Amino acid sequence: MTETIVLRNRPRPTSLGTDMVTMIGRCTRLTSRDLDALMMALMLPIMMMVLFVYLFGGAIQTGGDYVTYVSPGVLLLCTVWGAAQTGVGVANDMSTGIIDRFRSMDVSGAVLLGGHVTASVIKNVVSTVVVIAVALLIGFRPEASLLQWLAAGGILVTFILAMSWLSAVVGLLTKSTDAAASFAFIMMFLPYVSSAFVPIDTLPGWLQGVARHQPSTPIIESVRGFLLDRPVGDNPWIALTWSVGILVVSVTLAAVFFQTKTD
Amino acid sequence: MAYELAIEATGLRKSYGDVQVLKGVDVNVPRGSVFALLGPNGSGKTTTVRILSTLTSLDAGRARVAGFDVVKERRKVRRAITLTGQYAAIDKNQTGEENLRMMGRLTGLSRAEAQERATQLLARFDLTDAGGRRLATYSGGMARRLDLAASLVGAPSVVFLDEPTTGLDPRSRLALWGVIADLAANGLTIFLTTQYLEEADRLADRVALLDGGTIVAEGTPTQLKERVAGQRLDLELVDRTALEDVLMLLGERVVTKDLDLLTIGVTTDGSANQVRAVLDEADPQRNRITKFQVHSATLDDVFLALTGHPTPAPEVERVKETVGD
Repeated sequence: MTETIVLRNRPRPTSLGTDMVTMIGRCTRLTSRDLDALMMALMLPIMMMVLFVYLFGGAIQTGGDYVTYVSPGVLLLCTVWGAAQTGVGVANDMSTGIIDRFRSMDVSGAVLLGGHVTASVIKNVVSTVVVIAVALLIGFRPEASLLQWLAAGGILVTFILAMSWLSAVVGLLTKSTDAAASFAFIMMFLPYVSSAFVPIDTLPGWLQGVARHQPSTPIIESVRGFLLDRPVGDNPWIALTWSVGILVVSVTLAAVFFQTKTD
Repeated sequence: MAYELAIEATGLRKSYGDVQVLKGVDVNVPRGSVFALLGPNGSGKTTTVRILSTLTSLDAGRARVAGFDVVKERRKVRRAITLTGQYAAIDKNQTGEENLRMMGRLTGLSRAEAQERATQLLARFDLTDAGGRRLATYSGGMARRLDLAASLVGAPSVVFLDEPTTGLDPRSRLALWGVIADLAANGLTIFLTTQYLEEADRLADRVALLDGGTIVAEGTPTQLKERVAGQRLDLELVDRTALEDVLMLLGERVVTKDLDLLTIGVTTDGSANQVRAVLDEADPQRNRITKFQVHSATLDDVFLALTGHPTPAPEVERVKETVGD
């Protein structure tokens, strides 16, 4: 009995890589088992799609089939919302004993947050595929080449990554799952004030300025342009600049705050 | 490794805002011994553990754990210790086995070693049948066992246990005591905090009593118990006059009194002879004392005897919670 309780051979020091793989495995497992959140991540896109296309669609004039106009918008809405949930898991870790265990095991903050962010990106790529499937089912007819699909996907994944990191920082700072969930809810309004659901020209003048200068618009214009094979202009570059900017700021904040939170 | 003291701390000070949680704590724990820090809520036990396990910075003082400085050599300390806090540090949505495997990987075991170690620990902690179930389905006692198992996946030389049995039923508590004794028998150094005198008594080679951020007494359990006697005799008196008279008669042996309930508590060793002698001495006419009861000395008794005041209200605990303890 006394032999098994203590491990005689001291384990080797861990590498950042194995720690990361372990943490990603953990977060993916936890994400896939949080049934409420998973159902929501899959149901919300479907409900949104149906809501916009069948309920509002009749009244909104965008010059052409509304399902074609709005599908990329719903896609963005769902990625924003899904990615912004990342902080809930982080806040949960921060507010329970597990953060002390990880820290006393010398697991770095980058590994912990990176695990959550990666699991979030995986989950949201899956739900993005679901949204596209539903959109195709109800009449969305994209005209994109493979390259354009990849470009649209790249823009969305970069944004998911940036938004996940931002949300992770919120979770880190607030240490409250409620606060992190509220952040996701607020972020969900971002795409509404953009060209996601209605053309910007139809917004009140003062809102048009906001709509044109927030990240949702260039992202949605890029994705829509790529998928419908229309000119995208500078939008992909502006979109990427936004995503990379949010990413850099979030990662920096995460590094700074994880350090102070540990003391 | 060439160190005599597994834990060596001098003058630890820590304040949160205006509240001084630790006011100069000295702790020395020889290698391979079990040390218990005994104190009520808010006395600074958790803060002491967090400083020694590198989770909380200190305002003043110095501490070395497993031969390394907790500030300058934080990473080395972390590789030598393990911490089990008051709240289970395991994932509810992973199975017991998955939790252990994860900890194994994070400790530096290979995939196969982590699996083997998980199986071993599940067996040792009597959790083999529950290993494939998610933690959410575990009872409090099972979760606590798995939590402790998770902390032992690696090869720690110093084990910190912050109130390991608080909130456990008596059976689970006994099982955990067995595990802790087993760890000690394997030569690990154990630093545990507790609110229970009995726990410190059963497990520890040395006990320190922490009150309001300072250590008010330290010694072997026997030494400490001698200072507070082991038992308390509670007497219930017929009226206030009788109470005053008995107080006069027994003098310094009285450790508690309640003027409203007309009770006084007297230290005793609990033997029939001594109880009879006290009763006779306090009530020769047999008309003052209506009832008596003998209790094991509680932490309150220890406190009263050693500090002259009852255990303080947990004021500091609230402050600590708001800053993340």
